[in-house]
Formats: sequence, C-alpha cells, structure tokens
Amino acid sequence: MTYWWLILGMAAITFLMRYSLFAWPNLRFPPVVRQGLHYVPTAVLTAIVVPGMLLPDGAHWQLSLDNAYLLAGIVSIGIAAISRNLLATIGGGLLVFFFLRWAMGQM
Amino acid sequence: MSRHQFFVRGLRDSVPMLVGIGPFGIIFGTLAGVGGLTLWQAVGMSMFVYAGSAQFIVISLMGAGAGAVVILLTTFIVNLRHVLYSATLQPQVQRLPQRWRLLLAFWLTDETFAIVQRHYLVHGRTPLAHWYWLGVASSLYACWVSSSLVGVLFGQTFPDMAKWGLEFAMLATFIGIVVPLLRNQPQIAAALVAGAVALLTWSWPYKLGLMAAAFSGIAAGVFLEKRQAARLDDMTPNEVRP
Repeated sequence: MTYWWLILGMAAITFLMRYSLFAWPNLRFPPVVRQGLHYVPTAVLTAIVVPGMLLPDGAHWQLSLDNAYLLAGIVSIGIAAISRNLLATIGGGLLVFFFLRWAMGQM
Repeated sequence: MSRHQFFVRGLRDSVPMLVGIGPFGIIFGTLAGVGGLTLWQAVGMSMFVYAGSAQFIVISLMGAGAGAVVILLTTFIVNLRHVLYSATLQPQVQRLPQRWRLLLAFWLTDETFAIVQRHYLVHGRTPLAHWYWLGVASSLYACWVSSSLVGVLFGQTFPDMAKWGLEFAMLATFIGIVVPLLRNQPQIAAALVAGAVALLTWSWPYKLGLMAAAFSGIAAGVFLEKRQAARLDDMTPNEVRP
C-alpha cells in the first residue's frame, strides 16, 4: 500500500513540473533564461551519461578496459558524431555493448 | 498535411527511440519485480509517473530502504529538468486548448522533447504540429508501459536478466540525443562542464550533484555565447553603432 502512495506522489511531482510552464502559456522569460534553455538538454543528459559510463554501478569508479559501459559509450559517441543518426547510435551502441559483455564473459 | 499524416509521421519518427526505450523498460520492470514491487505497482509506476531515469533511481533507493521523503525529493531533483523542457516548448503550446496542454505535458519526456523540439526547429510552428507531437508521445508511452510489463514477467522467469546491463540502452539513447546538438563551442562547453561537474559531485546525496552539473553546464554555455556575441560586436565598425 505504501508503495502506491509513493507512486502517486512521484506522479504528482513529475506531472506538475512538466505542466508548470504549460499552465501559464503567456508567461515570458528574460533573455538570459531563454538563452540558458538552449543548453538544458545538453547539460542534463551529459550529466546523466558521463557518470553512467565511468561509475556504472553508481558507486565505484571503473576506469578500466573491461568496463563495457565506458567502451560501448565511446563507440556510441563515435557513431553519433559520424552518422548523426539516432537509430544507428542506439542500435549500434547496444550491439557493441552486448558483444563486449559477451566477449568479456560478463553475461 | 492532414492531422492523420502528422500523427503517422510522428509515429514513424519515434521508431529509433523505441530501440532504446524497449530494453530500458524491460530492465526497469525486471528490477522493480526483484525489488519488491508487485506487477501492478511496477506497471502502475510506468503508467502514472512515466519518467525512466527517475523510476530507475527510485527502485534502487527502495531496495536500499530509503524513506518516502528521500524518494520524493530525489524524484523532484532528477525530474527538475522537465521544468526546463516545459519552458522550452511553452511557445508551441500557447494556442492549444487546456486538454491538449495537459496531455502533452504528461507525456513530456527526454525522448519526446528531443524529437518534437527538432521537428519545431526544422519545420517551424504549423497549425497541426501538435498531432505530430501526439504521434511521437503516444508511441513512446505505449512502448514504455508495455516493455515494463514484459520486464516484470520476464524477470520472474529469468532473474539473471537484472545483471545483463540493459540499462545501457538509456545511455545510448541520451548519447544519440546529445551528440548531434554539439554543433558549436557553447554547446560543447556546456557538455564538457556538465560532465566534469557530474563526476566531481556524484557522491552528493539525493542526486543533488545532477542539478549542480546541469546548472554549471548551462552557465558555461550562456557565458561562452555572450562572450562570442561581445566579440562580434567589437568587430563591427564604430560608426555603425548607435
């Protein structure tokens, strides 16, 4: 039962943040805020991805060649930079990741 | 283009994201089942919260026995970026009726934002573009909820699946979204600073480091953009200035 209350609480918090600015469609921002918004996806998603590659378990640094998250992440970045294609990046990245895990006996 | 054509084009453009969302939904469902949520709680979380990275983090917090306040605060911090997505897309929903704004807000995830924002950048605001948005969002939502269900069911049969590393799908998806954005110096600086600060602050509680990293990256981008603009100003001949 407590889990359901938590789920509803998470749902309410998440929805209110997503709806926040849609609720006041005529609200305008100062230029510096509008400028800042251009960097939101880049900054936030990079801040999730980089630790995900270097500390895959969320607690220990893994700066080593048997870290498939790091290696496949670098390959994915390469694929994305060259192809600029989402499907190639996600599909290719996952294939490389599972190949590495399999080759290194981590599956 | 008709509403229907916009909608179908949205469905079609969502396909690459499904390749990432599917495995990530499966690993979420698996871990949620292993972590003590019932099938309906796990699927319900995907249906009502619909925020992959927050759900993923919360499952590990629940497993560690964290209290309700910590879980809700972490949800707030991890999802705070959606305020910024909401602000970015706000001009596009200005003229839409309330029910559309409610629905599109509920479905505003990283992936939906990335596809829809690109559509508006390329095609501008057209009167029926929200049907494109609806196509993208409904497809990604259906995929997330159904893959979570599959994850719970598979997890019961193959408990080892939790160790496969399917969560890499989220990293690959975010890499696919971010790298094409790195087209100029300020964007590259925003990424480098955000990544570096994230590594320096990863041990901060409640994912506060994520916010610190995000705001540092944004500040770096704005700072460089202003400096470049100032340099361009210096190059214009004096007599042109007002």
